[in-house]
Amino acid sequence: MKLITGIVKPFALGDVKTALERLGVLGMTVSEVQGFGRQKGHTEVYRGAEYAVDFVPKVRVEVVVDDAIADRVVDALVDAARTGKIGDGKVWVTHVEQVVRVRTGERGPDAL
Amino acid sequence: MGGIDTGDTAYVLGCAALVMLMTPGLAFFYGGMVRARSVLNMMMMSLVSLGVIGLIWVLFGFSLVFGDSHAGLIGGFEFAGLRQVDVVVGGVPLQAFAMFQLMFAVITGALLSGAIADRARFWPWTLFVAAWTVVVYLPLAHWIFSIDGAVSEHGGWLANTLGALDFAGGTAVEINSGASALALALVLGKRPGWPHEPMRPHNLPAVLMGAGLLWFGWFGFNAGSALTAGAVASNAFVTTMTASAAAVLSWLVLEHRLDGRPTSLGGASAAVAGLVGITPACGYVDTFGALLIGLVAGLVCQLAIRLKYRLGYDDSLDVVAIHGVGGVTGLALLGLVSTHAVNPAGRDGLFYGGGFGLLGVQAVAIGVAAAWAFGLSALLAWIIRRTIGFRVPEHVEAGGIDESEHAESAYEYSPLHTTGRGSGLLSRHTEPAEEHR
Repeated sequence: MKLITGIVKPFALGDVKTALERLGVLGMTVSEVQGFGRQKGHTEVYRGAEYAVDFVPKVRVEVVVDDAIADRVVDALVDAARTGKIGDGKVWVTHVEQVVRVRTGERGPDAL
Repeated sequence: MGGIDTGDTAYVLGCAALVMLMTPGLAFFYGGMVRARSVLNMMMMSLVSLGVIGLIWVLFGFSLVFGDSHAGLIGGFEFAGLRQVDVVVGGVPLQAFAMFQLMFAVITGALLSGAIADRARFWPWTLFVAAWTVVVYLPLAHWIFSIDGAVSEHGGWLANTLGALDFAGGTAVEINSGASALALALVLGKRPGWPHEPMRPHNLPAVLMGAGLLWFGWFGFNAGSALTAGAVASNAFVTTMTASAAAVLSWLVLEHRLDGRPTSLGGASAAVAGLVGITPACGYVDTFGALLIGLVAGLVCQLAIRLKYRLGYDDSLDVVAIHGVGGVTGLALLGLVSTHAVNPAGRDGLFYGGGFGLLGVQAVAIGVAAAWAFGLSALLAWIIRRTIGFRVPEHVEAGGIDESEHAESAYEYSPLHTTGRGSGLLSRHTEPAEEHR
């Protein structure tokens, strides 16, 4: 099993969700996050003052999937989140040792 | 008892209640502008101003402002305690007039708190605003508000000896709060990270609601200052509306030109800037004078905000730019557009054939009020800073002054309730609803 974590632009979340559901992904966890990558932050003008905004708002999408569909999920996520502009985000994949469904105690891919 | 005009008495009592609403309005106006972790401290500074200045006023404050003058400098103690149920001044019971004036003293003190957002300890602030009321506000209010023969035979020197015009408080309220706020901001110093880190308002609907309450109450403040429900009051109502409307438009247009967007914070500030500008002038100018004052206030106050970044003083919520500069704008322009035609007690300004006389008098009043307020406020704030301390430590400021000073947080959104003393995870634990089991 693989944990696929995507940091994407907030407005891309709807497209990402639709794309993953189409592949049969049954659950996901999303959270609002802030950070910066190579693009760094940007500056904003408000009430006559210029501020440096170091941490840019993003959405973090996390899904745990079976090894068999992991590559396709990564591709779908990347496609759905890409605009081609700086700040589109990152996707990374981590190995998952074990998954347990709390209600039934099922383990492994059955618990997904 | 006798000689009471019931219409005027009802009017003054109603206006007093309207002006009272301005202080809670100010609490929302200021509270929305600070960051979420210091909104309660911000609003508490207004609340405690109602408490402490209200008491000072009833006990002896009113008397020192409106009692018979000693050399035009300060009143006496003859009205201390405000138990004069049978004294009538100008058709209105003294007590009604005293309550109307109480609300002016309260809001002026509360206004200062905007200069020191996020960083002032609560009790030192309370002590400061009490001392400031006695040392700074009462004498200045006496000089400009106490007219010869109105309440007492002898009044204050700015209004009577000098002959400065200030209908509703451009000097004692606006310039006073602006200059005192500058002193506070300088003595307390800037917040860590200012001005490079963004310190944007956390709740703009609260700011707009506060601005709305201020605008509403300001009709009592300005039109009520006529103290009689008649033509002068009605004209003051018209000029108040005209100036604030003009300021909203001029501010937003300039803001769009400078920053690319008209903001809600700008709109809320603009309304207040227009109201500040017209305050000293509302009973002495006609609609066109009000229009000029409002347009200019919307531009000048906004440009003054930019000045604080250049000069490096952290007047957090722009008390100096809006109340100080707005007050100067209104008082100075009054020297140009004041007209005898709308008020027999008024005087013609430069544009109405009155020459430079009034303009000069107004300049003296501006200088006196600003110097008095700035100098004494700086001294009082410095004494408190050097003795009991005025600011919270830097790590407390970073963690949130609401928690450290009041043991509360304004918004308990986290299901873990990790904020607030004695409100840890276990104490707030509840069973999930049945359908989720």
